[in-house]
Amino acid sequence: MTTKTEILDIQKIRSDFPILSREVNGKPLVYLDNGATSQKPQSVISAVNKYYANENSNIHRGIHTLSQEATTAYEEARTTVQEFLNAAHSHEVIFTSGTTGSLNLLASSIGKKHINKGDEIIISTMEHHSNIVPWQMLCEEKGAILKVVPINDKGEFLMDEFENLLSDKTKLVSVTHVSNTLGTINPVKEIITRAHQNGAFVIIDGAQAVPHTKVDVQDLDCDFYVFSAHKILGPTGVGILYGKESLLNDLPPYQGGGDMIKTVTFEKTTYNCLPHKFEAGTPNIAGGIGLTAAIDYMNKIGIDKIEAHEHALLSYATKEIKQLEGVRIIGEAEKKASVLSFLVDGTHPSDIGMIIDKLGIAIRTGHHCTEPLMNRFQIPGTARASFAFYNTFEEVDIFINALKRAIKMLL
Amino acid sequence: MTIQESQNEIIEEFALFDEWMDKYEHIIELGKDLPIINEQHKVEENLIKGCQSRVWLHGELTGNKIIFSADSDAIITKGIIALVIRVFSNQTGKDIAQSNLFFIDQVGLQEHLSPTRSNGLLAMVKQIKMYSIAFQAKA
Repeated sequence: MTTKTEILDIQKIRSDFPILSREVNGKPLVYLDNGATSQKPQSVISAVNKYYANENSNIHRGIHTLSQEATTAYEEARTTVQEFLNAAHSHEVIFTSGTTGSLNLLASSIGKKHINKGDEIIISTMEHHSNIVPWQMLCEEKGAILKVVPINDKGEFLMDEFENLLSDKTKLVSVTHVSNTLGTINPVKEIITRAHQNGAFVIIDGAQAVPHTKVDVQDLDCDFYVFSAHKILGPTGVGILYGKESLLNDLPPYQGGGDMIKTVTFEKTTYNCLPHKFEAGTPNIAGGIGLTAAIDYMNKIGIDKIEAHEHALLSYATKEIKQLEGVRIIGEAEKKASVLSFLVDGTHPSDIGMIIDKLGIAIRTGHHCTEPLMNRFQIPGTARASFAFYNTFEEVDIFINALKRAIKMLL
Repeated sequence: MTIQESQNEIIEEFALFDEWMDKYEHIIELGKDLPIINEQHKVEENLIKGCQSRVWLHGELTGNKIIFSADSDAIITKGIIALVIRVFSNQTGKDIAQSNLFFIDQVGLQEHLSPTRSNGLLAMVKQIKMYSIAFQAKA
């Protein structure tokens, strides 16, 4: 049975994204680099424009009308994210600069309060560098130890090995919900339960999960959940850190500055309450407002339908690519989001990427900021096509045909 | 042939191609044709790491000329390297140091030298200039 059923009115959706009608190198753009960043619908672009054209002013402290309007619009973004994640309170949603910003905040604040010499932090082999390096830096500073959960050849998280690594020294577990390189969807609920039984905090890197699937932080019971706005149709430079109220209250602030204080004297500063305690300085106001429009758009389409369509695209693309000789898929987990990483025997991924770019197709090549994962598979990198709900089956065909042409040229 | 002359020759050669695919096909052929580095020189200290692909570059002085050899694990990069080597190899350190690399722009391959492409080519060109300065002192 064919998987090519249209779950969404794709043509109508595509008309909402101005960039999707442009040409690249004289060919219609086929954008399959959604794992890196998503494209933006007109509603997001308009929301950002409208803010700068009509509402621009600094938030929280202004007495004038513009500032109040901007504050309302920005705080509405917080409520929108709260509902999007089903967080218990809006002040559990902290705005940051991105997933990387959120993880560095956590490494700093959790590190100061909870990590001591000999403590252990557990991550997995498939983490993005942004969920490796902040912990390495913290371990180096504190004399703590970084432990890494191995994966199998299909790219799946090994639960048994994780259990073995958990000990009374484990203070923190920080793992990705969905692998940006492999597409693997990790059993995060199980990971969280086991870590909690062991008394460890759990951070989930949701950067690649929120674009594809419904996330309920209360159901997951994670302590912290982080993601970036730009991967879910929003602007760049905005990230989210969700944390449980009691834990966030307990953590020391990250950066000092305006907005994060209650009172300042040269002798002693007291800190503001949540969420402002973690938000020093003027934030990315336009970005937050754009994020509201982005989440509204995703909700209007329906995350279930998005997930179903992307899954159909992935299945179709996987089936088609497997028919090409010499293609090896990297990441064949049972549960996958719409990421297709592959190698072609006798070719380098960057050559494939460069050639199909000239045919208008945007994919990513390289190590995808997951060098340890590449080392695990003993490969220099992969070519990666990652699909979004605005991609079509025809685009998959164009991609496969371009790939065939590239292989023919290269071999 | 001077550095200037071989660059002009390459520009003429590429003028034959209207389509990007034809250009790439030519570059790929150049890359395939050239076993351009001796295995003994394909070592860590000659490795220029790019984000995307790896490039090895070796230079040695023969008389007053520098002979370059290089390689890459990516074939398009290797093809462009073959062109760069054709321009700079067997020239004096002084001529290399004073030269201007203009053919890459002229044949429309400038994106391969952009820092965002990070394929090691830009670093390789810098390294060639470094060799030329170092060998000028020796020659």
